[in-house]
Amino acid sequence: MSGPYLELRGLKKSFGLKPILRGVDLDIQRGERVALLGANGTGKTTLLRLLAGLLKPDGGTICLEGVDVRREQQHLRRQVGFVGHQPYLYTELSVLENLVFFGHLYGVKQSEAQAMKLLEQVGLGQRARERVGVLSRGQLQRVALVRALLHSPDLLLFDEPDTGLDDAGVALLEKTLQTQAAQNGVVLFTTHQLEHAFAFSDRMVVLHQGRIVFQYASAALNMESFRRAYQKVVQ
Amino acid sequence: MSELALFFEQVWAILWKDLRSEFRNRQMLIGMGMFALLVLIIFNFAFDLRVDNKAAVAPGALWVAFVFASLLGLGRTIAAEREQGSLDRLLLSPVSRKAIYLAKLLGNVLFIGIVELVAVPVFAILFDVPLATGLLIPIVLLGTLGIAAVGTLFSALTASSQTREMLLPILIFPLIVPIVIGAVRATGSLMIAVSNEPPWLGLIAAFDVIFLSISLLTFEYIVDE
Repeated sequence: MSGPYLELRGLKKSFGLKPILRGVDLDIQRGERVALLGANGTGKTTLLRLLAGLLKPDGGTICLEGVDVRREQQHLRRQVGFVGHQPYLYTELSVLENLVFFGHLYGVKQSEAQAMKLLEQVGLGQRARERVGVLSRGQLQRVALVRALLHSPDLLLFDEPDTGLDDAGVALLEKTLQTQAAQNGVVLFTTHQLEHAFAFSDRMVVLHQGRIVFQYASAALNMESFRRAYQKVVQ
Repeated sequence: MSELALFFEQVWAILWKDLRSEFRNRQMLIGMGMFALLVLIIFNFAFDLRVDNKAAVAPGALWVAFVFASLLGLGRTIAAEREQGSLDRLLLSPVSRKAIYLAKLLGNVLFIGIVELVAVPVFAILFDVPLATGLLIPIVLLGTLGIAAVGTLFSALTASSQTREMLLPILIFPLIVPIVIGAVRATGSLMIAVSNEPPWLGLIAAFDVIFLSISLLTFEYIVDE
């Protein structure tokens, strides 16, 4: 059996004197969707930003397919698609211009055609030429989703991707995560919605005070029992 | 696609994005242009310009206008990306940090150049000085390149600071002194021929090369965490 796709060992990160991550160990296999849960300030976003290469760890290692990402930062960036809880798009540009711009940065061939195809899938094909500034919060989040998928990444990192999404948007998100896993990709996402975590993930991981304190297959858990135990932990 | 072709595609993409964004709202360009013109007008009224002291005062006024106007634009180079949160998305992509620097630098040179294109004719009229435009172009181009090279680097350094408007000039001014001196003296020599002048253009070009090299090498350590 081959090793894990993503392998974290003793990952540590502090901001100033405040330790955020105190030694995180985590393995994720290809085709797996992992929900990362925890109270505010427990290090979920920091962990995702470390995995995306936006932060450098103070200690520990991140290996992608057995390769330490410190040696291959660009390799990591090509494989990651990131959606944050804020879409962060260029408001002066149109939806399509934003996507084509990022397509060029990732070296995507025929980025305009690819962007249009994905925009159609998320129901924004008609709004491709409109400026990003006129879109609603949920629509912006869909555009951010398209941007993350544009270069067909193996690893999707979603930081509270359900923020601002309506029911149709949430269904779209679920479908995206399923497709990613079905295509042997990997998804690691954070959420505060336990229902979403249960519905969208294969495994639940709980982060508390900078450490993983619990992880288990979602299908084997009872949501109400888990909710009670989880609320005790985060409180 | 070869690495080099991808590099230049990324430079072009970032430059195109910045130009497109700026030409759609024009806030920065209008601000810089107005500022340069106001400085020239104020200097014109503040100094008693006679024929014998024009060559000593006018080039200084021109370059003060250029430098101050440049600072307005340079301060926004990376700060605007950081405020929008889009800097993270830029840094997430597999784009060379050198490509980001080069694109931002070219954008700055272009924006400052547009302001200079407007300011130079106004300067010539207000100060009533003969300017050999053909000879002024390399001076302005090299001077602008040096100012933008330093400014682009330090705009990244100060982008996350709340006091960047104050910090940026304090950091940039001491470094660009040689370039400004060279540019002022070279511009002055276009008005009154002076014998045995040092090769000011060569001096500016040398500083440009030094600043560009250092900036290209250090930019990634500044923008990455």
